Amino acid sequence: MEAEVRTPPTICGMGHRMKRKEDARFLFGKGRYVDDIKLPGMLYMDIVRSPFAHARIKSINAERALAMDGVVAVITGKDLEKYNLHWMPTLMGDTQMVLPTDRVMYQAQEVAAVIATDRYIAADAVEAIEVEYEPLEPVIDPFRALEPDAPVLRTDKGKTDNHIWHWEVGDREATERAFQEADVVVKQQIYIPRIHVASIETCGCIADYDPVEGKLTVYMTTQAPHVVRTALAMVAGHVGLSEEKIRVISPDIGGGFGGKVPIYPGYVIAIAASVLLGKPVKWIEDRSENLQADSFARDYHITAELAATKEGKITALRIKTLADHGYTDAAANPSKFPAGLFSICTGSYDIKHAFVEVDAVYTNKPPGGIAYRCSFRVTEAVHAIERMVDVLAQKLGMDPAELRFKNFIQPDQFPYKSALGWEYDSGNYPAALRKAMDLIGYEELRREQAERRARGELMGIGISSFTEIVGAGPSRHFDILGIKMFDSCELRIHPTGKAIARFGTKSQGQGHETTYAQIIAEELGIPAEHVQVEEGDTDTAPYGLGTYASRSTPTAGAAAAMAARKVREKARKIAAYLLEVSEEDLEWEPGVFRVKGAPDKSVTIQDIALAAYTNHPPGMEAGLEAVHYYDPPNLTFPFGSYICVVDIDKGTGQVKIRRFVAVDDCGHVINPMIVEGQIHGGLTMGFAPAMMEELVYDEEGNILTGSFMDYLLPTAVETPRWETARTVTPSPHHPLGAKGVGESATVGAPAAIVNAVVDALSPYGVTHIDIPITPYKVWKILHEKGVV
Amino acid sequence: MIPPPFTYAAPTSLEEALALLQQHGPMAKILAGGHSLLPMMKLRLLEPEVLIDLRRVPGLDEIREENGYLHLGAMVREVELEEHPLIREKYPLLYETTRWIADPQVRNMGTIGGNLAHGDPGNDHPATMMAYDAQLVAVGPRGERVIPAREFFLDFYTTALEPDEILTAIRIPIPPPRSGGAYEKLERKVGDYATAAVAVQLSLAEDGTLSYVGIGLTNVAHVPLFAARSCAHLQGQRPTPERIDEAAQMASEDCNPRSDLRGSAEYKRAMVRELTRRAFRRALERAQGG
Ligand SMILES: Cc1cc2nc3c(=O)[nH]c(=O)nc-3n(C[C@H](O)[C@H](O)[C@H](O)COP(=O)(O)OP(=O)(O)OC[C@H]3O[C@@H](n4cnc5c(N)ncnc54)[C@H](O)[C@@H]3O)c2cc1C
Repeated sequence: MEAEVRTPPTICGMGHRMKRKEDARFLFGKGRYVDDIKLPGMLYMDIVRSPFAHARIKSINAERALAMDGVVAVITGKDLEKYNLHWMPTLMGDTQMVLPTDRVMYQAQEVAAVIATDRYIAADAVEAIEVEYEPLEPVIDPFRALEPDAPVLRTDKGKTDNHIWHWEVGDREATERAFQEADVVVKQQIYIPRIHVASIETCGCIADYDPVEGKLTVYMTTQAPHVVRTALAMVAGHVGLSEEKIRVISPDIGGGFGGKVPIYPGYVIAIAASVLLGKPVKWIEDRSENLQADSFARDYHITAELAATKEGKITALRIKTLADHGYTDAAANPSKFPAGLFSICTGSYDIKHAFVEVDAVYTNKPPGGIAYRCSFRVTEAVHAIERMVDVLAQKLGMDPAELRFKNFIQPDQFPYKSALGWEYDSGNYPAALRKAMDLIGYEELRREQAERRARGELMGIGISSFTEIVGAGPSRHFDILGIKMFDSCELRIHPTGKAIARFGTKSQGQGHETTYAQIIAEELGIPAEHVQVEEGDTDTAPYGLGTYASRSTPTAGAAAAMAARKVREKARKIAAYLLEVSEEDLEWEPGVFRVKGAPDKSVTIQDIALAAYTNHPPGMEAGLEAVHYYDPPNLTFPFGSYICVVDIDKGTGQVKIRRFVAVDDCGHVINPMIVEGQIHGGLTMGFAPAMMEELVYDEEGNILTGSFMDYLLPTAVETPRWETARTVTPSPHHPLGAKGVGESATVGAPAAIVNAVVDALSPYGVTHIDIPITPYKVWKILHEKGVV
Repeated sequence: MIPPPFTYAAPTSLEEALALLQQHGPMAKILAGGHSLLPMMKLRLLEPEVLIDLRRVPGLDEIREENGYLHLGAMVREVELEEHPLIREKYPLLYETTRWIADPQVRNMGTIGGNLAHGDPGNDHPATMMAYDAQLVAVGPRGERVIPAREFFLDFYTTALEPDEILTAIRIPIPPPRSGGAYEKLERKVGDYATAAVAVQLSLAEDGTLSYVGIGLTNVAHVPLFAARSCAHLQGQRPTPERIDEAAQMASEDCNPRSDLRGSAEYKRAMVRELTRRAFRRALERAQGG
């Protein structure tokens, strides 16, 4: 079902498959990314990185580097210490080194920076810097980190162990009782490995400090430019950087996925270098630096339990998790949510009792815990519950679809209050699963599976019926560094009836220039092609928290609608004046006010726009514009049901995804083509960690997957063909009835794939496989079970 | 990801290239397609001071049959092998091997000579050349010499080529009628080096026995391997399923893989067995079909 389309193609409001306005620029190679920008007199920075995961720095000798032609400066932690800039806060309020003065805490950590007149000289100079290290015992395994005799990593914080925080939610006692009374209990260890966003564009910046004006301009690959500006003002206020003198420009971005929310040491060093040298300094990571040092995602060691009646009614959920954060908690969650929105882990099911606890630890690995294309730990939550439902189904000998139907929150239960405190806005879970089953021919597939099993063939069918939670804030609960998580739109209508709209978000490929234009077209009847969308420049855009966590449509998209409605209210007044009737006598259809009962008496939005500057009512301010800061009353809860069919090659352990059907529900759809694009990309980004991706470290903390030769990303060849469909259950509180969609598929896909593989292997007593499901892992299971 | 400074030469004759190689000695490296050499330079694992590009040297990019051999110039690019009708029709093993190498971008640049001269046990052409019993032609200050592919790969990244020699051509014996070949590669994704791969080339005599068997193994030892015991076990015999299984078992015993992220040594041995069976079966079908 497509959303109802109210505007003609000439206006291209909601529901139109408008081609993306930004694509021409990208397809013609005219995108402008940070590395495309060259400023006069620009210097280049490159970084010396630690070969050890844990070591004391005994000395840094930069003499040979400084003697090289073209080397301007070498910056170390000791240099930054003079300005008290060697440490900085993380977005989670922990502390992170900009450059070390004493110890390095992970392999590839920044140790010193070279500034040179040329990128190549900078690279050669890095090789010429001699650093003497005294290796220390590394702590790599997070369980080891908690042992009493483990080396304590954060002695700088006065810590006496490696435990960072404990967080819990739910009713421990009631859950305990439910488990005691249960007919059936299942328990499973689930590891969700450390992975990396690996966006196609790595991180980088140009810091351009003007010593005369005292103004700092930073071109930067950031998903949240305004937050960066405020954070810089807070961190570097003591050296004279005041917020009105800081301008952050986020140009075109080649993928962010959460990896471009944090403020990395490289940015800060480049800024310090520019301030010290009075020249622009460019820093662009290479691929290995990006993979090895930038924030990771996931890395949750989960123990999950479900309690149920023997008929299959789930009565309680209990989860205990160990979170490996690396050497500092550099997640980018809302500050009151150290484990993000992990407590969405009761999922699509009406579970009366639940208790969840998470403990975070330090290890000698890169910092992070970022939300990789997921609204703060939602992927982890969904993976846990969707796996557990299958584990339970297997134990009960029940079809996993049937078990889901039995436990779904029913459509009439919305708004639904979950055991862990969320109020789900809307949903129709049975409808989505039914649709997916019909599309894939579920019953027929089960029959085929039975036949193949009889022949000894391995075929599996897996379901994931996920519920997402996206679109932070409501600002009463959600903030980053104390800044409330609203978002904004500033809309101006020009005299000829064209518009410019600016936002506090920042597209990294999501298609904002099109989607936002369509929202404004929908609300004002101005053709979407004539709505110019701008984001990313803190000097011009209204303040906002940026783009991540599928929040742009729920927050800034809503702000666009609300700003447009404010404009429409003023337009109505002008229309009444022009038509010499009262406002109540007017009716609106997209782009036109008509006099009720006299439909040939009308003015268009273009007529009104011109009048706003040439012939506006006496006593009214000229112009036609509005600003709206939208603070959502609740989050939105997109959902969907995915079904995956796999065949396994017994000889090699290779898993082939035969079919994958994805039914998504993100409420009203603004641009169906963009939504489908988001789903396709998201499914691929769910498939990748399910089958290939993992950051692997050895016992010394050396990364074994530091390049794309070993950190495996799928190509078009490996990626399955996706079959997508949708149901539409509008959000009752969003002005457009829309929900976020950018992350649904990343979150929902992995469990469907794992469930299919486990289903294929279940005749041999297999109940779980940790991702990534590699051919080797599958073969090993087959081998151990005596199948091959 | 940025190599140290180096100078670049593009000689226009083989003599000139050889002279440059002699002049700069071990500080020089031949540059062919650059798709193994340049990554190593960018990682600063190799730091040659001079690159001698063979691209302008004439006569190194020919594909033709003569004197009982398929002659391949060392600078023949993978994409040229892939698109050549002769290769596709008559040399299915070589064709399949080529198609398994990396991705189109790499195949547009990478050369067969570079693939062999690099001496990487993960590269796919070496096993295939061993299966074909190909000859490698090298030219140096002492003139030309011919090295059997089965004696070319000495150690990890070490071949029988002297530092002052250039590989100019590869010669593959033209297979007789009733021949077939196949390449089976297990990789984790496109562009990955093999978890294990097996090249099989065989010919059938009139009586249905095997008149020729060549089996090469990729990435299951520090060098590409010729599966000598498996070949001897099949040579002159009828290719019964039992014999094929036994030969495959021998190949899995005779390789020497290392455990790594692709899987354990045990897994790789099992894959050698499985892939040998599969490659042999397909090669046999081809031989029987034509
Ligand atoms: C992402 C990626 C994936 C890859 N995957 C695979 C794969 O799956 N299978 C596979 O087989 N290969 C793979 N390769 C390697 C690729 O096939 C290379 O092209 C090949 O190994 C080297 O050939 P080249 O022409 O590029 O040689 P170069 O890189 O130019 O040279 C390689 C070495 O050989 C020497 N050399 C080259 N030509 C001669 C000559 N005529 N005489 C003497 N010495 C010479 C050079 O000095 C150098 O030491 C991959 C490469 C990349 C970048």
